[in-house]
Amino acid sequence: MITSESKLSAEVFDSAITKKATRDGFGTGTVRLGKEDERIVVLCADLKESTRAEVFEKEFPNRFIEVGIAEQNMAALAAGLGLAGKIPFITSYAAFSPGRNYEQIRTTIALNQVPVKVMGMHAGVSVGPDGATHQMLEDIGLMRMLPGMVVINPADAIEAEKAVVAAGKNGLPTYIRFGRAPVPVFTTEETPFEIGKAQVLWRSERPKVTLMATGAVSHTALMAARALDASGIGSIVLHVHTIKPLDTAAVIACAKETGEVVTIEEHQVAGGFGSAIAECLGSHYPVPVTRVGIQDEFGQSGTPDELLEHYGLSVTGIVQSVQRVLSK
Amino acid sequence: MALVEKEVLFLEKKAEEIRETIITMLVAAGSGHTAGPLGMADMFSAFYFHILKHDPKNPEWDERDWLLLSNGHTVPVRYAAMAHAGYFPVSETSTLRKLGSRLQGHPERTRLPGLETTSGPLGEGLSQAAGIAYAFRMDGKKNHVYVVMGDGEQDEGNVWEAVMWVAKEKLSNLTAIIDRNNIQIDGMTEAVMPLESLSEKYRAFGWHVLEVNGHDMHAFVEACEEAKTIVEKPTVIIAHTIPGKGVPDIEFDYHWHGKTPSAEEAKTFLKELRTMKGSVPHEYS
Repeated sequence: MITSESKLSAEVFDSAITKKATRDGFGTGTVRLGKEDERIVVLCADLKESTRAEVFEKEFPNRFIEVGIAEQNMAALAAGLGLAGKIPFITSYAAFSPGRNYEQIRTTIALNQVPVKVMGMHAGVSVGPDGATHQMLEDIGLMRMLPGMVVINPADAIEAEKAVVAAGKNGLPTYIRFGRAPVPVFTTEETPFEIGKAQVLWRSERPKVTLMATGAVSHTALMAARALDASGIGSIVLHVHTIKPLDTAAVIACAKETGEVVTIEEHQVAGGFGSAIAECLGSHYPVPVTRVGIQDEFGQSGTPDELLEHYGLSVTGIVQSVQRVLSK
Repeated sequence: MALVEKEVLFLEKKAEEIRETIITMLVAAGSGHTAGPLGMADMFSAFYFHILKHDPKNPEWDERDWLLLSNGHTVPVRYAAMAHAGYFPVSETSTLRKLGSRLQGHPERTRLPGLETTSGPLGEGLSQAAGIAYAFRMDGKKNHVYVVMGDGEQDEGNVWEAVMWVAKEKLSNLTAIIDRNNIQIDGMTEAVMPLESLSEKYRAFGWHVLEVNGHDMHAFVEACEEAKTIVEKPTVIIAHTIPGKGVPDIEFDYHWHGKTPSAEEAKTFLKELRTMKGSVPHEYS
């Protein structure tokens, strides 16, 4: 059952549910922030339409900074703006930022402790036809390794907007991951959101396994949980939007309750979300952890749905993974 | 305003104190870079004792000029200058590169007030200076931003991304200085990766370019003042310097880019520094 405290949309399992890309939440979130706080500036590396940075530009042209196709300059420039009192959001595809400019982020933002917000768009295989070069699958790993970096992977456009607003106020270097494809908007304005707090979205009567998911695949995990429940397999779905700092209490509590964990992410299983969960449980409450995600390979061209299916991230793929785990 | 002779002598004396501290601190540290910091001592004397609007007792002063050191490996010159200017006791320079020291091998803003940025990985200082200068312009603030870069550092692509952007935004509240000492770790810059004509490159990118002798106090201070009068373009001062300046045994020798003197060598060097190989009488000789 969907938990009442998560206050999800009534359409959560409706095939006609509204779909929006999480990047849309970036655009609306920065506008909300921009109205409240004059220090907010948005930097763009020649991708303002696809990053939704143009939504901010339309409202606040004087606080929109175009740097051209130069992600390294963008990151260090933002560090300078932050040192002089601004709250900069830098935008590009995650493959280039933090992919191209990782060292600038490491030195001038993380080590330098400047509250720059790195907005990584077009993450995951669901970028689709553009193929492997543009399907960033290593960003969570890169960013969560940096000391002091907050890492958030919102599940839908509403949660993305909340994450952007919260990041604008947290005073810390922060990474937020966004996707290109429209995905179900299944949370609501009333769904609680706090950086660092994971949420139980689904709880069966007698759960045998916890599905821990991050990003848009949290909705897929819910669909899988419902299908599993119908076939007699009870589960908990823990949606973990903040990968760092990790809500270790919630992760451990679920592991204790079910004794079996399956992690789900649109990212390499090495170094990413599943690794963070395995590290946490390995230290505090060792239980078997099966990591569903990209298995040490690059993506390829295809439609988002074809690719998610291919890499085991469809409802069927997740159901099968869970069944395999429980039949061992 | 041109320097009067008394001011020049004062700045030269401060530069010599900075050089002595550089050598002493590098010997105590046992690792680090020697040639670059010695070559930049005159410019740092000029910055901390004449050019910068700053307050050593209040490093976060809102109206200060900002000096960024992009080629962070040369930070001993900055630590020495800051110590002599009164940011912290000169005795603390002996903690350079030691566990727990505020004086990290490469400068870290969060550890020592007055550093402005964290640097070392090359090519990032101009971008950060640009961000700071742009924010000041947005806020109508008058603070001036200086950024010192190395010449070898000009190999970095990030530098040229920033060079283009600073010119696009006509950030005239920013002055860049390139320490043109012609050496980098692997050899002479023109052998490792030719930079010339560096001034033509910057001009072509839309900058106002000045070239000076980086050991000439008059010339360097004048150039910094001229830079402030140019409002349609950003200015870069290419300051030609002698690596290892002041210690004839190591001047021009790129092998001294990244190593430190032994205690025995330091004795000789300090004596050379104080007497210019015995050619000048000195109270310490």
